[in-house]
Amino acid sequence: MAYDLEFERPLAELDKRIQGLQRKGDRLKADERAQLRSLEQQLEERTRQIYGNLTRWQRVQVARHRDRPYTNDYIKLICDDYFEMRGDRRYGDDRAIQGGMASIDGKTVFILGHQKGRDLKEKTECSFGLTHPEGCRKALRMMREAERFHMPVITFIDTQGASPGLEDEQRGISQAIAENLEVMPRLHTPILSIVIGEGGSGGALAFGVADRILMLENAIYMVASPEAAASILWRDSAFASHAAEAMRITAPDLLELGLIEQIIPEPVGGAHRNHLEMAETLKAAILENLAELERLPMDVLLEKRYQRYRNIGAFATEPVKAGSGSNR
Amino acid sequence: MKDESQPALPVNSQNGNHPETIPSVAVSARALPDNLAVKCPNCRELLVGKDWEKNNHVCPRCGHHFRLSAEQRIELLLDEGTFEELAADLIPTDPLEFVSRSQSYRAKLEDEQAKSGLKESVVAGTGKIEGLPLALAIMDFRFIGGSMGSVAGEKITRAIEKGLEDHIPVLIVSASGGARMQEGLLSLMQMAKISAALARLSEAGVPYISLLTDPTTGGVMASFASLGDVILAEPGALIGFSGPRVVEQFMHQRLPKDTNTSEFVLAHGMIDAIVHRRMLRATLAKLLRLYHNAGRSAVIG
Repeated sequence: MAYDLEFERPLAELDKRIQGLQRKGDRLKADERAQLRSLEQQLEERTRQIYGNLTRWQRVQVARHRDRPYTNDYIKLICDDYFEMRGDRRYGDDRAIQGGMASIDGKTVFILGHQKGRDLKEKTECSFGLTHPEGCRKALRMMREAERFHMPVITFIDTQGASPGLEDEQRGISQAIAENLEVMPRLHTPILSIVIGEGGSGGALAFGVADRILMLENAIYMVASPEAAASILWRDSAFASHAAEAMRITAPDLLELGLIEQIIPEPVGGAHRNHLEMAETLKAAILENLAELERLPMDVLLEKRYQRYRNIGAFATEPVKAGSGSNR
Repeated sequence: MKDESQPALPVNSQNGNHPETIPSVAVSARALPDNLAVKCPNCRELLVGKDWEKNNHVCPRCGHHFRLSAEQRIELLLDEGTFEELAADLIPTDPLEFVSRSQSYRAKLEDEQAKSGLKESVVAGTGKIEGLPLALAIMDFRFIGGSMGSVAGEKITRAIEKGLEDHIPVLIVSASGGARMQEGLLSLMQMAKISAALARLSEAGVPYISLLTDPTTGGVMASFASLGDVILAEPGALIGFSGPRVVEQFMHQRLPKDTNTSEFVLAHGMIDAIVHRRMLRATLAKLLRLYHNAGRSAVIG
């Protein structure tokens, strides 16, 4: 796995030297072997150091890394059984959202999320993870099914946003997102959302009204993609990195703002370095959180979910002058 | 210097840009001498200010609906003197300490407050239409493009809660480019907060009427604006998830002229009716009456 992000250049150089030595295999001399060990150690230390001090914009790049595990990778690595459910029963099957019934440690759950696609063929099929109305409606169908059979819902969020195409408008992308936002607060089963990569705008929120929201260490969650935000704010998407810094989009930012419950640590060098290790950590976090949520009586769970959102917002109050505020 | 006074989504209705006429709509009409004449941005007709005002700020020639301020909207819709404002004391803060490339968010808020005379993009309250009570929230596009931050979300939620508490119908008049960037994810979460409150309203059997005006896009359209028991729109308004320019860039093609307008969403089954401004009050009154009399037996009384 290459080190191909710009801030990883020192790592790429170390890695190149390591690979040069490794190619020699058995022909390594004793001092070269020591050098290799030292270089490997250096690589790990430098990785730790660089990844421990990422800027917000660098985190955007990690969250978008082409080797980062996607929803389907986690489903494969976490679930011991899985049946994919397809189609919204109204119009089509949106591959940008995939999921179904699954078993985690013998427990049946509904698991679903955005799929960005690894190679070009899959990316095209999945619309790069940009949700269509059918994806929202398919997810809603699954969530209602989960409610009927008292299965918890786990959603993985990884999208830049909902698809802005003409057909999406024609088939009601706004209505589809809105409907999920209205149903999820009242869904009579625990909902756990995990931002695994990028959470962007309404296309993310439509799958993220939950009892708890967890974020992977290098995941980001934002009101609009940094590019879109920059073009809205400064009419130029080239200022995306600036928007990313200003909007407080990282897991630590959002934990501090009280908008998420927990940060799930990633392997050294990011989730893309070690899918298996990442999946194991994630699985443990999922099981722990579900166990806690399932202990709550349903009315308490729903009230807490409602209050979780009801209390979001930052504002102040100022005294109102008598007589003002009336229209006459 | 670039400015941030634009709405959260690029807004460019089918009527073209709204040039110098917008400020004169925005500022309280009576006081301004330049309201003697107004140019219609759609048909370019020069309108006599007084006639235009009497015509509810609709161009008598082409029917173009100018944007209304929250105050003008209240005047248009409610029985005179019935409006009582809710949550008037809420003011925005700068929770992210937003680092801007140009003007700071705090300075921007002050500017916008001075310019519009509003504290935020939403005015909430209660009132009556033809004697029937309702709770309402009205978005004002003049204030940072009607964008929705924490205060807007809170005021709209309080209007819904008032409807729930008093068991009176709720009306939300949307005019917004969507979520406000400067409050980051807090803005996005207002969509969830308001929608959750609407879910409770719906469960309690209290009607909610959504009125879409120019423009209603982004996170506002993708949440409460699309959740009405009845959804109405003014003619010719820009309505959609994405602005037409965003869609065009994404599709790499020119779009039909009426894409993402009131007429477009009506044709695609997303709303119930397009209502001319002169018929709005009567239409709302009719709906309120119909809901008010629901469940009453015509025979027994």
